[in-house]
Amino acid sequence: MNATGNLVALGTIVRREIVRILRIWTQTLIPPAITMTLYFVIFGKLIGSRIGTIEGGFSYMQYIVPGLVMMSIITNSYGNISSSFFGAKFSRAVEEMLVSPMPNWVILLGYVTGAVTRGMIVGALVLVIALFFTHLQVVHPLITFVSVLLGATIFSLAGFVNAVYAKKFDDIALVPTFVLTPLTYLGGVFYSVNMLAEPWQSISRVNPILYMVNAFRFGVLGVSDVNIGVAFVVMLLFVGGLAAVALHLLKRGVGLRS
Amino acid sequence: MPTPPSSSAPALVVDNLRKTYANGVEALKGVSLTVEPGDFFALLGPNGAGKSTLIGILSSLVNASGGDARVFGVSVNQQRGKAMQLIGLVPQEINFNVFEKPFDICVNEAGFYGIPRRIATERAEKYLRELRLWDKNQEQARTLSGGMKRRLMIARAMMNEPKLLILDEPTAGVDIEIRRSMWQFVSGINAAGTTVILTTHYLEEAEQLCRNIAIIDRGTIVENTTMKRLLSTLDSETFVLDVSGVPGELPALPGVNLRRLDDHTLEAEMSRAHDLNSMFTALSSHGVTVTSMRNKTNRLEELFVRLVEQGRNAKSAQEQAA
Repeated sequence: MNATGNLVALGTIVRREIVRILRIWTQTLIPPAITMTLYFVIFGKLIGSRIGTIEGGFSYMQYIVPGLVMMSIITNSYGNISSSFFGAKFSRAVEEMLVSPMPNWVILLGYVTGAVTRGMIVGALVLVIALFFTHLQVVHPLITFVSVLLGATIFSLAGFVNAVYAKKFDDIALVPTFVLTPLTYLGGVFYSVNMLAEPWQSISRVNPILYMVNAFRFGVLGVSDVNIGVAFVVMLLFVGGLAAVALHLLKRGVGLRS
Repeated sequence: MPTPPSSSAPALVVDNLRKTYANGVEALKGVSLTVEPGDFFALLGPNGAGKSTLIGILSSLVNASGGDARVFGVSVNQQRGKAMQLIGLVPQEINFNVFEKPFDICVNEAGFYGIPRRIATERAEKYLRELRLWDKNQEQARTLSGGMKRRLMIARAMMNEPKLLILDEPTAGVDIEIRRSMWQFVSGINAAGTTVILTTHYLEEAEQLCRNIAIIDRGTIVENTTMKRLLSTLDSETFVLDVSGVPGELPALPGVNLRRLDDHTLEAEMSRAHDLNSMFTALSSHGVTVTSMRNKTNRLEELFVRLVEQGRNAKSAQEQAA
């Protein structure tokens, strides 16, 4: 297909994904907002008020807001693409795309854009809720935006790879439960890794979520546990690596073509 | 060097296509066939013969282990995207999102082919109307009946207005009225120039609609000819006769093997060369009046069973000799 045709195809997937997200908004948008509100109330207000200030003189509530926003973006991007693409695979509706002349990169980009969009909408909702509990001033808007974009893209791509390999619905729940959630909680959402003793501090630096959370926190608050340049290099490497893996799987037809 | 679709090239050339699945099953053992532009082509075979694997390779859902297929001169292996532009597929299994609306399913399908939304909406209305689904276009597809879902898949396959339409058992489980309306639609599409490849287990459909035929069994083409030529090879036919009364002893008719089914029904097996008038005259002279008559089985069905059995017998004989 030519460039215009590819653009039409891309727009079709993105539009379909966004319609799906909005159609089932009680499943896609409301639950993360409620969960994060509970985090703000319990960890931010009730427990946070006893912790006092943390890293750079910010209140605990202010400190955890970027982490929780990034956490909701990551989990929702991942959850959106893994359930949507696996659902299409399960119902065989994915064949509509596989028999079309669409190149693989258009399929991947379409699904990733849909997932990133959901991540961004949920992130914005959580941020608005956070403003009811504390005040925030975004120090570096561009860094904030790019870190959100990269974080959501990384986990959209990871969710896509998960959906390609998944053979049953349980398979798309395994990774979030046993990998994503532990990494998120240990990725500096609720604390600064500088508070950890060795070797846990060094081990934490292997966790990719640490770089996403800190890049976003740097964008919002201006403080970070890691070098911001290193954080962006790590995120870009993950985007490139996961995109290459996803495209390779699509080309080989793993889990999709016999 | 990419090859543009050629109007003079055959609609489909399947060249020594092979497929061995990961579990070792050899589904296609070097299949070759040609379908001419504008043809209505029947691809028949028993369950597990390799029909769906062949269609899967043509539509790029199955990766071939060897060989190639060319659609209007465009290689499915080398220029997948260009080849897919030319094909419309109606699969055997329902494969759309049942929570979407028929209109959206069709418009989205067109989008996947790069067709602008304005044209896509026009085509969606056109084909949903022609397939009598327009009144359901805004309802969730899961609420449609089985026949409606099958017609929706035909409408969806028409969204890119393909030059080659492949129908994989499209009428399975569909009642006779809807089946007829589907064939009316597909015949119209074929008359307008679209090449149609049909697989079906309803052999009377294939006999009525198709001009050329290939029979596949166990991954091998066992017959590939015109429908007319194939039917002409049938050397005998069996008729069921409804009669006014069957005598106690059946008359002996030259060239006709007569059997009693019940007091009002006879079965007459005879050579195709045998004329029917002489049989009626002979029966009449014995006081038997024929009130109605029909073929015992579909002619193509008889040939189909015979060819498949012949192919299997020849193969087992070869294996024993080896």
